[in-house]
Amino acid sequence: MSFEDWFRQDRLPHIYCAGCGNGTVINCTLAAIDQMGWKKEETVFVSGIGCSSRAPGYILTDSLHTTHGRALAFATGVKMANPDLNVVVFTGDGDLAAIGGNHFIHACRRNIDLTVVCMNNQIYGMTGGQGSPTTPKGCLSSTTPYGCAETPFDLCELATAAGANYVSRWTSYHVKELEKAIRVGLETPGFSFIEALVQCPTAFGRRNKFRQVADHVEYLKIHSLLRAKRDRMIEKGEQIPQDMFVVGELTRRNRPATGVKP
Amino acid sequence: MTPRIEFWQGNTACAEGALAAGCNFFGGYPITPSTEVAEHMAAKLPKKGGVFIQMEDEIASMASIIGASWTGARAMTATSGPGFSLMMENIGFAAMTETPCVVVNVQRGGPSTGQPTMSAQGDMMQARFGSHGDYAIIALCPATVQEMFEQTAKAFNLADKYRVPVFLMADETVGHMREKILIPDKVERIARKSLASGALPFRAGEDLIPGFGQFGTGHNVHVTGLTHDERGYPCATNPKLHAALVQRLVDKIELARNDIADYDIINPEAEQVFVAYGGPVRTVQQVLHDRRGGDVGFLRIRTVWPFAEKALAQFKNARRFLVPEMNLGQIAREIERHVKVPVKSIPKLGGELHTPAELAAALEAKE
Repeated sequence: MSFEDWFRQDRLPHIYCAGCGNGTVINCTLAAIDQMGWKKEETVFVSGIGCSSRAPGYILTDSLHTTHGRALAFATGVKMANPDLNVVVFTGDGDLAAIGGNHFIHACRRNIDLTVVCMNNQIYGMTGGQGSPTTPKGCLSSTTPYGCAETPFDLCELATAAGANYVSRWTSYHVKELEKAIRVGLETPGFSFIEALVQCPTAFGRRNKFRQVADHVEYLKIHSLLRAKRDRMIEKGEQIPQDMFVVGELTRRNRPATGVKP
Repeated sequence: MTPRIEFWQGNTACAEGALAAGCNFFGGYPITPSTEVAEHMAAKLPKKGGVFIQMEDEIASMASIIGASWTGARAMTATSGPGFSLMMENIGFAAMTETPCVVVNVQRGGPSTGQPTMSAQGDMMQARFGSHGDYAIIALCPATVQEMFEQTAKAFNLADKYRVPVFLMADETVGHMREKILIPDKVERIARKSLASGALPFRAGEDLIPGFGQFGTGHNVHVTGLTHDERGYPCATNPKLHAALVQRLVDKIELARNDIADYDIINPEAEQVFVAYGGPVRTVQQVLHDRRGGDVGFLRIRTVWPFAEKALAQFKNARRFLVPEMNLGQIAREIERHVKVPVKSIPKLGGELHTPAELAAALEAKE
């Protein structure tokens, strides 16, 4: 089956802006699911509110588009009530880390058998570009007009510290790596968290000197620091540049999980 | 077989009523004075193959039971005022997505943290209108330990039949008191109407209730809190579609108002009539018992929402309705909307039931 068969053709066109990175992440996710050989009737997508959370509405399975920040709590109910279902959560940085932060750490702590794909565009896209908990210091948004003064969350460190079994970060540039990471996440029992940094030309890029979509993707590419390289730099006692972020598989372990298919 | 007799606390009876009704998912968060419901479910559900999960807060508790319900579970949570406030967000989601679920609120004194260990009925209007937007729900009010069992079981049937959140609006008095209870061999179970193969998941027939497309059964249902069309697809800027959807959500309960109504009428010829629900029912019963004669009427309501206004009309000689409530007259105002004679609210705050003397005095008072 082609991963295109997973789309609800009667929902097109979608709402995403030209140049949005979310489509890349959705395609990677569906390609990974397709490789798993999962059937539609045993797969459920859950999401909260925001651009990323609209994704389940375009996918031809049972899907639950819920309230802002609460996707993981709904998904916990679905998965605990019927562990036979494969449950995938689409979320964004505002949905997951701001209003849903408490649900995020507790879902990690329970190590519940969900795969969570976070499209991190570092801004509130749907409401028009307000600062989020992952907006980098100094970046402009409609609510940080003088530059964001707060320190952003590292979502992957948060997930690891809270107990997730699998944690990985890539960007919309790293299509093959992202697809593979999601695939590993789907295979891993327990809580799997895959963060995908994505460009948002409409709300983030135009305020932050990315005149072209490709400029932002290029930025994500050149500021990505492979985990192995980061580890080598630490070994050598080298300073890791402030504007770089680590990509790759960050956590993989086999702690006891809940809600796993018997 | 004769029914089993037990001497139970109201909250235990509530949990047992849920189990008898086939509740197989409980998501909750500890809060006085409802915690015994969660504790009882935590002990019993795993042994029956069900799921108990203690969530991180009441927002998540409500979310978890909605998620569980879409997999076909009979799902419940229990809380009190502060938790009920947190649940309002997802109660609206349940109403909008027509998700069957049962929410127990063992009411305590509010606002805010208020009186955690004392009794109140201050959440009656919140139960009806607490989430944003227009919608309709069903709310039941038990007055005895027996009714804690029976009405909890009934709540699941109403939730499944009408695809709506159903509230058991108990109070600390009924939740924590212990009295004799008869346990029936089995309780009636009404199943959800399933979605027919190929049917649209949010298209309703004459009863205004669509078939339920359970997750994992191949219906590929999209469930969203956004205004949606009959396919379940978001259509949030279509004025006619939004109006029709919200109207149907309200009308499906309105249409069934008489079916849902549950009340007792005592002394319908009386000129002075008490109307009560929950804890105050017990004081009214004492007053009627003490007076012996049939000169005082009593409308005992078990379903508060939708309000059984037709029951009021059965007191044809009524000169005055007296409404003792453990709040500042929330349902008294609802009664005023439906009758032409004076309605005397007898509010009581502080956490204690009205005394029989207080209600007897209200009967004698001119105003």
